[in-house]
Amino acid sequence: MTKEELKDSFTQIFPAVTFDESGEFLTAIIPSEELLPVMNVLRTKPELYFDYLFCETCVDWKDHLMMVYFLNSRTYNHTLVVKAKITDTINPQIESVFHIWPTAELNEDEIFDLFGVKFLNHPNLRRLFLEEDWVGFPLRKNYVDEHMIEL
Amino acid sequence: MILGEEDYITEEGEFVVNMGPQHPSTHGVLRLKVWLDGETIKKVEPHLGYIHRSIEKMSESLSYRQYGYLTSRMDYLSAHINNLACALVVEKALQVEVPARAQAIRIIIGELTRIGSHLLWFASAGLDLGGVTPFFYAFREREAINSIMDENCGARLTQNFMVPGGIVYDVRPDFQSRVKEVLKQFKDNFHEYNEILTGNVIFQNRLKDVGILTKEDAIAFGCTGPTARASGLSCDIRKMYPYDGYEKLQFDEVISTGCDSWARYEVRMAEMLQSVRIIEQLIDNIPEGDIVAKTKNVIKLPKGEFYQRVETARGELGVYIVSDGGASPYRCKYRSPNFANLSAIPHIARGYKIGDLIAIMATIDLIIPDIDR
Amino acid sequence: MNILLSYSFSSLAAYFHNWLQSIIGNGILLTITELVIVGVVLLVFLILLAFFLGYMERKVAAFMEIRLGPNRVGPKGTLQIVADTVKLLFKEGFTPDAADKFLFNLAPGIIITTALLAVAPIAFARGFQIWDINIGVLYISSISSMAVIGILMAGWSSSNKYSLIGAMRCGAQIVSYELSIGLSLVSIVVLTGSLSLNDIVESQANGWWIFKGHIPVMIAFVVFVIASTAEINRAPFDLVEADQELTGGFNTEYAGMKFAMFLMAEYINLFVVSAVAATIFLGGWMPFHIGGLTGFNHVMDYIPSSVWFFGKTLFIIFIIMQFRWTFPRLRIDQLLNLEWKYLLPISMVNVLLVTLMAIMGWHL
Repeated sequence: MTKEELKDSFTQIFPAVTFDESGEFLTAIIPSEELLPVMNVLRTKPELYFDYLFCETCVDWKDHLMMVYFLNSRTYNHTLVVKAKITDTINPQIESVFHIWPTAELNEDEIFDLFGVKFLNHPNLRRLFLEEDWVGFPLRKNYVDEHMIEL
Repeated sequence: MILGEEDYITEEGEFVVNMGPQHPSTHGVLRLKVWLDGETIKKVEPHLGYIHRSIEKMSESLSYRQYGYLTSRMDYLSAHINNLACALVVEKALQVEVPARAQAIRIIIGELTRIGSHLLWFASAGLDLGGVTPFFYAFREREAINSIMDENCGARLTQNFMVPGGIVYDVRPDFQSRVKEVLKQFKDNFHEYNEILTGNVIFQNRLKDVGILTKEDAIAFGCTGPTARASGLSCDIRKMYPYDGYEKLQFDEVISTGCDSWARYEVRMAEMLQSVRIIEQLIDNIPEGDIVAKTKNVIKLPKGEFYQRVETARGELGVYIVSDGGASPYRCKYRSPNFANLSAIPHIARGYKIGDLIAIMATIDLIIPDIDR
Repeated sequence: MNILLSYSFSSLAAYFHNWLQSIIGNGILLTITELVIVGVVLLVFLILLAFFLGYMERKVAAFMEIRLGPNRVGPKGTLQIVADTVKLLFKEGFTPDAADKFLFNLAPGIIITTALLAVAPIAFARGFQIWDINIGVLYISSISSMAVIGILMAGWSSSNKYSLIGAMRCGAQIVSYELSIGLSLVSIVVLTGSLSLNDIVESQANGWWIFKGHIPVMIAFVVFVIASTAEINRAPFDLVEADQELTGGFNTEYAGMKFAMFLMAEYINLFVVSAVAATIFLGGWMPFHIGGLTGFNHVMDYIPSSVWFFGKTLFIIFIIMQFRWTFPRLRIDQLLNLEWKYLLPISMVNVLLVTLMAIMGWHL
């Protein structure tokens, strides 16, 4: 599917989407609350069939957090980036996509560990890299490490 | 008898064993918590972070010339290919044309890295399954490859050879003859690998029908590289999204539909020969010319997001850079192949024996620093 | 000349016996003195043997792995193993806090004792035997199966999960392979009609059993070598230790001299099974004779009987070492399958064949 066709199909699923075409891939930005139903359709709809989540990450834009999902269809080989905007930076939370793409389990553990995004309905949400009692989330822009020495 | 941990036997009568972080077959500091019923594995849970260095966070305060150097410490066996990914994403953002000489040398060095990495995998796979001798056979050739790296790139393991725009130094005058020498040695000795391991009945029985990873599972868990290709999934980035001149080369993507550990073994063995084929096409035709394209002293990427993927020895490495127009990345994410491949282990190891878990880990070939980053 | 050819160590032993008798006199003291002398001689011999086998294993491994092996300490690296022993001697004999201390310290003793006991009935040369017991074969197979108690003890008392898994594997493994060993030994006992190792060697004066007994005895020999490799837990059957799976298995927690005892027991066991295989199937100290060729046989007689015995034993040890450095390890279920589905049925049928052969007198 070309970018235009993808755009059309996506608008049918979720009309209130905004697109960003500046990058290499077509990027669709949706609010975080709508993530799970949209993703479910993207995964199951036969002509889209995004069965491969090849990268999942988060970006801290200070006033909001942006979840980034890189989706690819192994059948049609088209790629789509879905971004979910989380406006609540104090207590960010979003639905887990583990039940759609099992690879998300560890990725979401990592994002929880480093960004503090809580994933609802995640089977085993834990701090993946850091200790259980680590204070703060290192990849957030407002993270201050008291042990860090300025050179 | 006290066994250290209080919950060593669960209510269902399962025996909980920690494999790692110090364990001979986890090749580093991976810790797998394993629930056992006798010898049978009921559940596996990976615990990570023993070698987490926060490379992504550090990259946010480094310039675009510096940040790639950290990636040699991720998957240290394909340091060159990791560096290449970092260089490529900057080149893509700045739309820099890389000189043909640099491209050819990059591919040769990258494929040598791949052979070296697969050789180390072969060595450790044999060792994990109890055969010590293959280790020395494979290291004989790996040593020769490392010497080439040493002579031309200045380091044996964590090389930093690829820079945005090309390569950092030109290769030595004897580069071509040395590479040909090593390739000849490798091809002459390759039959010994087959004699000591591939043809061994015990070895085959240890791997066949062990750790079945179906094609659907491979996609669902995001597996890439030889691990996924052994499940019949065509996922070679060099073929699907050719980069850096791979589109001009003749080579086959090795795919097996065996789905088991044996298929993963066969795919890697065949891939080494394909890499030899790639190098042979280039080694006599390295063009003359510049080795690095001109870039500004302080590289600033335009505002936006850039994603570049390359095929490392273990699968798809993605570099995702979010730039705010400054001299260092606003956010830098590495989509590491081992991280995704690891997530498949708990699923495919269930129901097998302890010895099979070792075989599965050996054939999936995890590099722990790449998982933790 | 004839004295040299048929020289028997029994005359030397008798000479010593008479000499001691003249000093100490007859009685319990004499017996104890002789036992102590034999014990000391045996221990020194076995320690030297373990050193030699350790060195040999390193060299065999090195040559299989295209490297040189030990070559720094002493001439050609021969003293390397001495240096290692000294290192082990000075290491702390660590006992984990949570271990069952009594059993933990007892286990190496039991393992090495069983290994030493099994040496007793082996005939090293003509007339050179510590204990000519009339049930030698039975004695050896029963003593060597006792090693499992020591390993279970070590694995259980270490309070380590890996050790425990290793010990459990050991139980399954040794108990299974004991059967095949027993059956392959029985096939020769059937042919000889005696359980005494001395009788078995004497019965091979006109040819070794592996040649006289046709194919069934060859099968028994192969089964014996495979099963005894498993019995002494060497690769490819070293699931009990399995470094890459169980980080060392039953001896994970052992260090220093206690660990050295395990190592030594391993080498003594290796020697014992090879010596038994050499004695039972390859004629022990009996020279290589071909019926009818008197001249050839006469030449063979010039080679001392101890050289024959050690030559054959080292040959089998070399084969077992080659196994270790060539093959990967089996999995536990494959290991048990090999025994119960292949080796045991084969040896059972084989014993029947051998018995038929013995009754009909088909062997040479």
